[in-house]
Amino acid sequence: MIPATFEYEKVTTVDEAIAALSNDDTKILAGGHSLIPAMKLRLNRPAKLVDIGGIRGLKDIKEEDGEIVIGAAASHADIMYHTLIRHHLPLFTEGAAMIGDMQVRNHGTIGGSLAHADPAADWPAMVLAAGAAIEVQGPNGRRRIPATEFFTGLFSTALEPNEIITAVRIPVPANGAKSTYQKFAQPASRFALAACAVMRFADGKTNIAFTGVGENAFRDTGAEQAITGKAIDENTINAAVNAALEGVTVMSDHYASEAYRKHLAKVYLKKALMMVK
Amino acid sequence: MSTNGLIGRAVKRVEDKRFITGHGNYTDDIVLPHQTYAAFVRSQYAHARILNIDTSAAKEMPGVIAIFTGADLAAVNGVPCGWQVNFKNGDTMKEPKHPLLVADKARHAGDAIAVVIAETKEQATDAAEAVKVEMEELPCVVDAAKAVQAGAPLVHDDVPNNKSFDWVLGNPIEEVNEAMDKAAHVTTLDFVNQRLVPNAIEPRSYNSSYDPVSEKYTLYTSSQNPHLIRLLMCAFVLGIPEHKVRVVSPDVGGGFGSKIFHYTEEALLTWCSKKIGRPVKWTSERSESFLLDAHGRDHVTKAEMGFDANGKIVALRVKTYANLGAYLSTFSSCVPTYLHGTLLQGLYTTPKINVDVTAVFTNTTPVDAYRGAGRPEATYLLERLIDLAAHEMDMDPAELRFRNFIPPFDGVQQPGYQTQVALQYDSGNYEGVLKKGLEMVNYADVRREQQEAAHNGKLVGIGFSTYIEACGIAPSAIVGSLGCRAGLFESAQVRVQPTGKVSVYTGSHSHGQGHETTFAQIVADKLGINLDDVEIVHGDSEAVAFGMGTYGSRSLAVGGSAIMKSIDKIIEKGKKIAAHKLEASADDIEFKSGNFTVKGTDKSIGFGEVALTAYVPHVYPKDLEPGLDFASFYDPANFTYPFGCHIAVVEVDKETGKVSLKRFIAVDDVGNVINPMIVEGQIHGGVVQGIGQALFEGAEYDDNGQLTNASYMDYCMPRADDFPMFETASQVTPCPHNPLGVKGAGEAGTIGSAPAIVNAVIDALWSGGHKVKDIRMPLTPERVWHAMVDA
Repeated sequence: MIPATFEYEKVTTVDEAIAALSNDDTKILAGGHSLIPAMKLRLNRPAKLVDIGGIRGLKDIKEEDGEIVIGAAASHADIMYHTLIRHHLPLFTEGAAMIGDMQVRNHGTIGGSLAHADPAADWPAMVLAAGAAIEVQGPNGRRRIPATEFFTGLFSTALEPNEIITAVRIPVPANGAKSTYQKFAQPASRFALAACAVMRFADGKTNIAFTGVGENAFRDTGAEQAITGKAIDENTINAAVNAALEGVTVMSDHYASEAYRKHLAKVYLKKALMMVK
Repeated sequence: MSTNGLIGRAVKRVEDKRFITGHGNYTDDIVLPHQTYAAFVRSQYAHARILNIDTSAAKEMPGVIAIFTGADLAAVNGVPCGWQVNFKNGDTMKEPKHPLLVADKARHAGDAIAVVIAETKEQATDAAEAVKVEMEELPCVVDAAKAVQAGAPLVHDDVPNNKSFDWVLGNPIEEVNEAMDKAAHVTTLDFVNQRLVPNAIEPRSYNSSYDPVSEKYTLYTSSQNPHLIRLLMCAFVLGIPEHKVRVVSPDVGGGFGSKIFHYTEEALLTWCSKKIGRPVKWTSERSESFLLDAHGRDHVTKAEMGFDANGKIVALRVKTYANLGAYLSTFSSCVPTYLHGTLLQGLYTTPKINVDVTAVFTNTTPVDAYRGAGRPEATYLLERLIDLAAHEMDMDPAELRFRNFIPPFDGVQQPGYQTQVALQYDSGNYEGVLKKGLEMVNYADVRREQQEAAHNGKLVGIGFSTYIEACGIAPSAIVGSLGCRAGLFESAQVRVQPTGKVSVYTGSHSHGQGHETTFAQIVADKLGINLDDVEIVHGDSEAVAFGMGTYGSRSLAVGGSAIMKSIDKIIEKGKKIAAHKLEASADDIEFKSGNFTVKGTDKSIGFGEVALTAYVPHVYPKDLEPGLDFASFYDPANFTYPFGCHIAVVEVDKETGKVSLKRFIAVDDVGNVINPMIVEGQIHGGVVQGIGQALFEGAEYDDNGQLTNASYMDYCMPRADDFPMFETASQVTPCPHNPLGVKGAGEAGTIGSAPAIVNAVIDALWSGGHKVKDIRMPLTPERVWHAMVDA
């Protein structure tokens, strides 16, 4: 469990981090909870790690222009315990508490989780359901990527190689929104075998996102259409559950077969919709 | 039996101060002058011929001191198997060489091809990666039942059908067949007792050195039995004189059986230390632990239990394929045979039993004893069958057990119970533990709750397991007649210091069991001194005369009994010294609560004064040697037979198949108890390990022989939040044949618990109309869901 030799640089600004990324063989180190184990197994052997843990402000969580702004280096625990999040975005409070264990929550970061884009990670479903945008910065400045465009495949994202995530921006939901994150955990890793995040806005708009089910987290537009703007009752829930996962390639691996995972996803969508009723 | 109340008291563990404060001293903590570090080049393939090994680039890497391959070790023996089992036809088992490094072909993923020694661990790891090995992958076989079929790839070219041996025990098969044919009902179960990875928290670690002046080796090893390692390594592998080797097992972080065995790395590092003239250390990486620490279980079994019209068991017929992996590990051959077949009487009066075992080589990690070792497999088989039979015959599973229990016997007034499968049980009250378990669970109430739950569309199940095990391993003459190549006694030296403080040198080894507390309680109690005045020394072949180590729940029953023998000798000699001082006859001296007293008088001297007199013998019996220091060896007369009743109450989520454990009741009879807190801790840990097998754990090989869940991301260890509070109780049926009346508690929880859980899940499914016979362990939500959907 000894990684191959690598260089280590601790940067203090985002610009320095981006400059360091110009070297192909460089990886950003945030919480390190996915990267370091892979390096110890020598499955991943970057020549250099750039530690962004010391960048001022990158862990901040604040409200700005009608948005909740979560710095990319905020840990799962930072988010879970933050009053602003609890008041405006209880979905994140609830979901953050289900990530890994206490040690993982104290070290792992939201930016790291999103950039890694593990198909069974928790944050992707939550940011999708919340209608978030991922703020990234590269040599040409900042841009915002809607969460719906961010996850592009298995461990892959719309992030360019020389860009880093700086923040997650979530529009503050109007009063009356309800949300939940329902997760069936893989018993060993406690990643999601199937999980569903639902955000039901006061106007009846309903965002439904899954993680753990396909190659990447996704919004389920079929299920959303079946229930958006309608009262949540047995009929509309069944309609949403029936419509869910249409056209989705459901993963099959040694944690769960395709049939079981699909079944679980629907069970957890149903649980989630019951919660926001 | 206690003299100052220490025996039977829940004394806090004295070793915990150093463990809890991070001051334990483990093998990896030991750094010797001029220390070097080893890393291994291991086979990625499960079965592959070695075509070429190129070490040239690796040798040039920074810090590299030496690289050795199988060719360098051609003249060195492999590690031996400690138990000989013969084929049914009398032939000796097939026992192919288990080399320290493979030279011809790798037989399982992780098999060692080369060892690299460097100045630092990092350098050794980098250089090992630079060794280029050309291999030709060969077809492999991982499943025991498939390995014996014609045309299966051969793990060892000279072992036909991959069969190490076949073996049979019990009544003649014709008699069993006849009884089975006449049975009113036969319950049949085809099942797998899956392979488990032991996962001790401390990975295996060895540090070996050689002193050219004294020509002496020192091996620090994370072993459960340092003396046995010394014996095997010196006499069978390296051919070095035993008095030239010191083996030390310092603090060891858990073993569960996996650290009993003599591993190739121990002998190899010792060999290397002389070659390079410097100490060599290797600590297994966790990934290596998954691939190399001997696994447990892995039986494929067909079992049939026949009943008469009254529910009395009339016959048991068992056919098992036991997967031994690629090589015979130290005690692998006795696990599916003498630790499994001999336990198939269970707690029942079954008159006809036949068990047939075929032990098989496959391209997998070697399999050996793992907490319970054979006895969990036997218990699982019996307890699943009897619960399933109860469902099939529409009987209550508790009632069916009561009809079949061996009646109570104490082994003193009533004789021991002779089984159909070679053993004689020492003492037992089997209906007692089930009665107590039923009271604790409030049986009528939980059955009513189950019906109510079923009415409300919920699946609640109640599962039983009434188990027996053979512990206190073992009478040397008996195990010798069964093929064991060692004696299984224990030694203990009790040295009273001149000031009356006591040092005890035991051949047992503590790696989590708390011997430093339990053994000290016995000594302090019997000698009437303070607990603080007793020191327990273990794990060093130079401090302790000899030892057979700790496994098979033997430490207290065998090691503790050896201590008792030495205590008796101390007291006897003390009486002579006291008699001389008190001018009385030794026959008139009684020893009680730390004082030697002339019977019927107030003339008395304390234990401390006697000790001082023994070492300052100015006023001393002429015919007595000075000193107060006795060594003893204890060889037990029989195994001990702890037993108990475990009851699980579970709820199965209809939608997901997830099993929630609602209650777990464990009534265990481990004979007399020295420290109830430590016993309860052992039961808790054991129960968790058994439930781990039932619900979470299982090594999974793919068809290429790769262990696909070789990390904690994939291999599910049980965790605290998976469990309710356990409800435990004990019954005490003393062991009649050892001086402490103890039976052993280390494995009971693991042996009893798994079938209770699986039976409870099956019961839950039957309550919902799903008449399922078996679900393969671990009972993952998906498997339970499939069982419901498919039934």
